[in-house]
Amino acid sequence: MLSRTADHLFWMARYTERAENTARMLDVNYQTSLLPQSAAVSKVGWQGMLSISELMPAYQAKHGDVEPQRVMQFMVRDESNPSSILSCLRAARENARAVRGSLTTEAWETQNQTWLEVNRMLRTGDFERDPGQFFEWVKFRSHLSRGVTVGTMLMDEALHFMRLGTFLERADNTARLVDVKFHAVQSDFFGAASEKDQEYDFYHWSSILRSVSGFEIYRKVYRDVIKPERVADLLILRADMPRSLHASMNEVVHNLANVANDQSSETQRRAGKLRAELQYGDIEEILANGLHAFLTQFLDRVNDLGARISRDFLVPA
Amino acid sequence: MQKFDEMFAQLPGNGSVQFQAQSMGGMSQSQVQGVRDHYRTYADWLARQPQEMMRARREEAEMIFRRVGITFAVYGAKDEDGSGTERLIPFDLIPRIIPAAEWRRMERGLVQRVTALNRFIHDVYHEQEIVKAGLLPLQQITGNAQFRPEMVGVKVPNEIYSHIAGIDIVRAPSASGPAEYYVLEDNLRVPSGVSYMLEDRKMMMRLFPDLFSAYQVAPVMHYPDLLLETLRASAPSTTDDPTVVVLTPGMYNSAYFEHAFLAQQMGVELVEGQDLFVRDNFVYMRTTRGPRRVDVIYRRVDDDFLDPQAFRPASTLGCAGLLNVYRAGNVALCNAIGTGVADDKSIYPYVPKMIEFYLGEKPILANVPTYMCRNPEELKYVLANMKDLVVKEVHGAGGYGMLVGPAASNDEIEQFRRAVQARPEGYIAQPTLSLSSCPTFVEQGIAPRHIDLRPFVLSGKEVQMVPGGLTRVALKEGSLVVNSSQGGGTKDTWILEV
Repeated sequence: MLSRTADHLFWMARYTERAENTARMLDVNYQTSLLPQSAAVSKVGWQGMLSISELMPAYQAKHGDVEPQRVMQFMVRDESNPSSILSCLRAARENARAVRGSLTTEAWETQNQTWLEVNRMLRTGDFERDPGQFFEWVKFRSHLSRGVTVGTMLMDEALHFMRLGTFLERADNTARLVDVKFHAVQSDFFGAASEKDQEYDFYHWSSILRSVSGFEIYRKVYRDVIKPERVADLLILRADMPRSLHASMNEVVHNLANVANDQSSETQRRAGKLRAELQYGDIEEILANGLHAFLTQFLDRVNDLGARISRDFLVPA
Repeated sequence: MQKFDEMFAQLPGNGSVQFQAQSMGGMSQSQVQGVRDHYRTYADWLARQPQEMMRARREEAEMIFRRVGITFAVYGAKDEDGSGTERLIPFDLIPRIIPAAEWRRMERGLVQRVTALNRFIHDVYHEQEIVKAGLLPLQQITGNAQFRPEMVGVKVPNEIYSHIAGIDIVRAPSASGPAEYYVLEDNLRVPSGVSYMLEDRKMMMRLFPDLFSAYQVAPVMHYPDLLLETLRASAPSTTDDPTVVVLTPGMYNSAYFEHAFLAQQMGVELVEGQDLFVRDNFVYMRTTRGPRRVDVIYRRVDDDFLDPQAFRPASTLGCAGLLNVYRAGNVALCNAIGTGVADDKSIYPYVPKMIEFYLGEKPILANVPTYMCRNPEELKYVLANMKDLVVKEVHGAGGYGMLVGPAASNDEIEQFRRAVQARPEGYIAQPTLSLSSCPTFVEQGIAPRHIDLRPFVLSGKEVQMVPGGLTRVALKEGSLVVNSSQGGGTKDTWILEV
């Protein structure tokens, strides 16, 4: 297929996934903010939200102090913020429109309908009336977009490049989430002192799980109270947890193999190596060596894979 | 002047239709009188439809068009949300119906006309027999801005130049009284609109399936098949299994939807200039598996932008070196370069003569009488009668650069008069044709609006077309300008099989 077409499909999928993950993060912060908690604690959550996407400087330049309403507006509808939900959905739709002929009618109409609807919801104040429902809607449109592509598209390169985009983006987003949320806990996160802290911890860790639809999965897998190292294990190493780094990298490797060409062997090797490290990784070892360092390195390598995929397939010289 | 309507044998003097501005619901059949035979079933059906139902259908249609993204871009315009440049082309619910016999004659006329025009373009770039025969002044060819000296002597497959032609046809009173079909304009470069023809039909079948069992409407949905067949048949002889692509200027072009639609329907790649490159005198596209040779380019990019080395150097829409590959016969362009020499308004008056000259036949479809301002006698007449005439710039298109005398103010007429006097060869004039009208669903209800028809004629190994074409309708009351860039809409066109 045309390199440019593959490029648009890849980015269409990435932006759709990014919009979903932003909605997930916002939703959890919003739900948490409805619980009784100190302003300081709430602020930590919103700050985390901004630092995940490396948007703190842009936000502060525009709005100054971190204030929940403003962060939500900034992350949902601010067109000058390239990571806002609106910007992501626009980019997804523009990429889809550029190659609408390569999508099935259903896949294109899903993207287009999402775009028309999000504009309506932001125009009519639906979002402000019920942010929770809005975030839920964004997530479901992303589910629909993935389901429609997998359910209607020929299983050829077009689909493989879209899947590649989805899972590379997801690997990136989950890693950022874990990094920020584990970082947010300044104290030693292995065991809280007071009862109050324990309560806080429960909401903190369960909110991370909820943001990746992992709360019920956690209970099912570990049959245990929520413990940080197990949360990390689930989100990083479990191959059967659909939003974990390991599961995402499995899909990246698999889809990369499907589109391999004459010049992509090094990219495949690097992706395979990264996947293997997760496959044979051990959470205690990772934590002992420093989670932040591990995740920073992981993000760099995902970023490198993105650049290589681009050079090998999407924007060849 | 006599006015003709598609649905009614005779329109009341004031131009209103019986069911204008009133509820259609509950109208008795006797109220719908004077209906032409082929519209009778439809008119009775329409009279039975409650107005709310028709309104609901119209909203449904609009919603679907938006969701499907059947839009065209307007340069410099903004959407209602202030974000984009995409507009819907208004779609009218009431079909334009043409009886089988009228279509059969029109079809024969179209085959004849397009065949002659292709022969003419070939002649222009080779022997110029028609000039030698004294039927056309040489100046008309060499002085034409659309004449491409680069094409002289170049062999093109099947000697076909305009593989896809859009011929604009109107129904209007003839000199002797009864209505007749006239060719208003030949579009031989990159005619657009065929996707609307297909989408309008899809929409009508979705909204009103019962009507399609009451009428035997000739199908049109196989157009992309015929197009692909035509494009494949035009491939250079260097390959047995040609790779066809559609070349688009990109997603901000007004007809982008159509480019994407046709590529998808034919199952071929939609490419932009940046996707193509020339190597060893062949054209390739950049794919995820390396370069792949391209044999046929259905290009929706104007001549000027096709090759920055040969034409406009600043163009980023084309492919550098394309012209050389084309001249060497290693890639086919559809349409060919230089077809514009045959479709501008100063050549139009000669088409009937071409048909006689190349085919030895009498023209089946009539031309609109045309005054060429380049001839002093005709110029004098035009200047004296501007308020009764339609004056058109020879190279104008899309409803721009034209004066509709009867609808123009004195100032506008004076402005045009000065322009014509300053450069007479740049203008032609035609009597104001009373284009036929067709009942159309407008805000106030149903009212007659002027229409035209653009059939799409395909020339490959043979000349063929799907029955009908795109009916365009001027939505403004009294307006004769149907172009979508001027606020025109479209209707489904039904050619009856019996």
